[in-house]
Amino acid sequence: MIYSCEISHLDDLFKEISSFEKLYLPVDENESLSSRYEVYSEGKKMSDRLNTVRSPKDFFFPQTENLMAFKTEGKKIDIIDVRQENEDFAVFGVRACDARAFKVLDNVFLKDVPDSYYADRRAHGTIISLACSRPVETCFCHTFDIDPTEPDGDVKSWKTEEKLYLEPVTEKGNKFIEKLLSVSDILKEEGTETPADVAKQKEQTKKIIKKLPLYSLSKEKFGAGKTEEYFNSPEWDKLSESCLGCGTCTFVCPTCQCYDIKDFKTNNGVIRYRCWDSCMYSDFTMMAAGQPRHHQKERFRQRFMHKLVYYPTDYDGLFSCVGCGRCLQKCPIHMNIAKVMKTLTPVSDGGDK
Amino acid sequence: MQKLTRGELVRKAEELLDNGEVKHVLGWRAGEFDYDLTPSVFDTKDDIEANFRFDDFCGPNFSKYLVKKTRELEGKILVFLKPCDTYSFNELLTEHRFDREKVYVVGIECSGMADIFKIKEIAGEGISKIEPDGEYLSVASLYDDEPVKIKASDVLEERCINCKSKKHVVYDELLGEEGEEQDSGRFEEVEKLEKMTSEERFGFWKKELSRCIRCNACRDVCPACTCEKCVFDNPDSGTQNKSPATTFEEQNFHIIRAYHVAGRCTDCGECSRVCPQRIPLHLLNRKFIKDIDSFYGDYQAGQEAGQRNPLIDYTQNDIDPSEIFGGAK
Amino acid sequence: MQVNNDTEKDYKPLIVAFCCNWCSYAGADLAGNNRLSYPADVKIIRVPCSGRLNPLFVLRAFQRGADGVIICGCHPGDCHYTTGNYYTRRRMALLFSMLDYLGIERERTKVAWISAAEGQRFAETMNEFTSQVASLGKNKRLEDLRCKN
Repeated sequence: MIYSCEISHLDDLFKEISSFEKLYLPVDENESLSSRYEVYSEGKKMSDRLNTVRSPKDFFFPQTENLMAFKTEGKKIDIIDVRQENEDFAVFGVRACDARAFKVLDNVFLKDVPDSYYADRRAHGTIISLACSRPVETCFCHTFDIDPTEPDGDVKSWKTEEKLYLEPVTEKGNKFIEKLLSVSDILKEEGTETPADVAKQKEQTKKIIKKLPLYSLSKEKFGAGKTEEYFNSPEWDKLSESCLGCGTCTFVCPTCQCYDIKDFKTNNGVIRYRCWDSCMYSDFTMMAAGQPRHHQKERFRQRFMHKLVYYPTDYDGLFSCVGCGRCLQKCPIHMNIAKVMKTLTPVSDGGDK
Repeated sequence: MQKLTRGELVRKAEELLDNGEVKHVLGWRAGEFDYDLTPSVFDTKDDIEANFRFDDFCGPNFSKYLVKKTRELEGKILVFLKPCDTYSFNELLTEHRFDREKVYVVGIECSGMADIFKIKEIAGEGISKIEPDGEYLSVASLYDDEPVKIKASDVLEERCINCKSKKHVVYDELLGEEGEEQDSGRFEEVEKLEKMTSEERFGFWKKELSRCIRCNACRDVCPACTCEKCVFDNPDSGTQNKSPATTFEEQNFHIIRAYHVAGRCTDCGECSRVCPQRIPLHLLNRKFIKDIDSFYGDYQAGQEAGQRNPLIDYTQNDIDPSEIFGGAK
Repeated sequence: MQVNNDTEKDYKPLIVAFCCNWCSYAGADLAGNNRLSYPADVKIIRVPCSGRLNPLFVLRAFQRGADGVIICGCHPGDCHYTTGNYYTRRRMALLFSMLDYLGIERERTKVAWISAAEGQRFAETMNEFTSQVASLGKNKRLEDLRCKN
């Protein structure tokens, strides 16, 4: 069933959602020409930008997270669970690329040995994804078989000029819509057919996708079992030659999931926390004997091989890049996964590189 | 819009490769779009012919790359330096970070570089092409048929609006015209902050620094930050920290980052250019520059090689820390 | 450094004083020998020379709960190592100015030159600085909340 509300009532809808749970919304940051997720409160307007600088992975895998604490008294050591009860929350406006990224993270954090910190947050969060209508030049989610007009998520949504359409997909999504319906007097049933304006929007979006500069980018030559093919490629030298070794690409990436666990000595004990780490850093996976990847080239290669080869090898061919284009926009030297893919698999028909 | 053309740079590079003066050329490599150029080493004329770019998006400062490249590569390296980059070059020479003999510097006239985010703000997201058109940039979008014309001077990077000098302080050869040092309003923002109350300043910086994602791009791109092992990456330093876990960590990192380059920072503006969150980091560096100027006399880092920077120098009559808070509230 | 002064009621500021071995530390000694009183909340950390101070030390002190930091060295010109405190003078001028720029109250930081013979002056300086910091209240702008756990 698809539900709808008039665009003019969008703010009221947000108000209704936030009456029963915390709602996060992408809002504009004017001074930095970008947007970020913020808790909705009255008066906040949803950003029209395509995507936030920081990806929504923060909601389930925050940059810093306390795991436990230790307190000492004489010779006694207490181990304290610092986890707090998570409350339900909803994230609105997650794009198709970021919505797929949760699947990539779920594989890592929920399969085999589930990560209880991540699992708990994930269980409490409802994802309301929003279909794209204006992809930009850095977009290449289509390369990874993501349809930006049919995003994953607990509830899918489409925003056209007149209406916002919501379609619950998962059980969590259905519960969310039920809760919303019980407080809402603006959300209406729309039927099960795709509304005409949504169909039109989808068609237009698909036309634009064909015009995107990265439309021809293909993942076909990458994937499970290709380690030997690319690991020793001579191209890595050239590709990584000007990499600064900063962590911008990893920290804006919606699927990068490496972290470090550290202890912080407080005045009365120790806090054990984890924080994002970047394979681009010189102290990544540092051991007593130093870090196993001595040069920036090896670190650089690790990041892209992980996304394009190792991850698909481990998880049924799913790539851990979703084509959101954040690294294309933010890398200080503009070296990115699209260039890596093109360089490693040159096209013979006079492709530009 | 640059007065120099790509052709002039390419001809110079090819000439120097041909006569054997240099073996490698450090330049900007074309990317997927019109604005995503990557610093890169070119070894052959074919490569230069095909991929060398010079336009309004040549922001990256090559000076720092010379530290690594002069060690890795055999033979002389040709490097194209904009006026602001030459200051960083001198500063690195002062610190003996590379061998001057291994570098051939071609100074290039610069008319200021464009800020792609400002362009996107005007033309909208979804840019398909950017072409120079006289004083304008013609920006085509995926969505509009007609390209938008934007005056190049309206979308300059902040550091170029407040350009301190169009003069090359070091070069072996110069392309284009030599400019002059110029008066700039680069301290105006700093002064504005100084005039605020302490509480307002705290609010301003708290808001700005809280956006930091601690990617370290500002540090890694900085031509003055050339420590082999940074204190923030060193597990033995006691200050290693990979994330902005608390407000303190944000303040700590940014104070120390700026402090460590105080007296050596040439105000090239790379830190603010690369910040993914667009935090005005240059305002921290400029505060130190302004303080140094007013406490110890005007000093421009990188003005000439071999200068003694004010923090490794003293006079017997220096201002006492207790006397420094004169003007500010 | 483990200090609990969390209760707002009987708030006493915690002052960290970095004292150079040759002048100020001896000055503190003299103050003690002469039975001159200065607040017990001043915690002295001895450094070989005020020039040994890394700006990180100052920030670390604030992180760990200091409400004020004072740096004491020989009078300029009297440094045991001839020039150490000249450098300190420049470094701290810039550091304190930067802290002020970031909105950290400037009254929380101070540099004082105190010789080995100035026990009186040491006690006076500490009394004065402590009451100055006390009037500001707790350091809230440059603290690390994790440290309190």
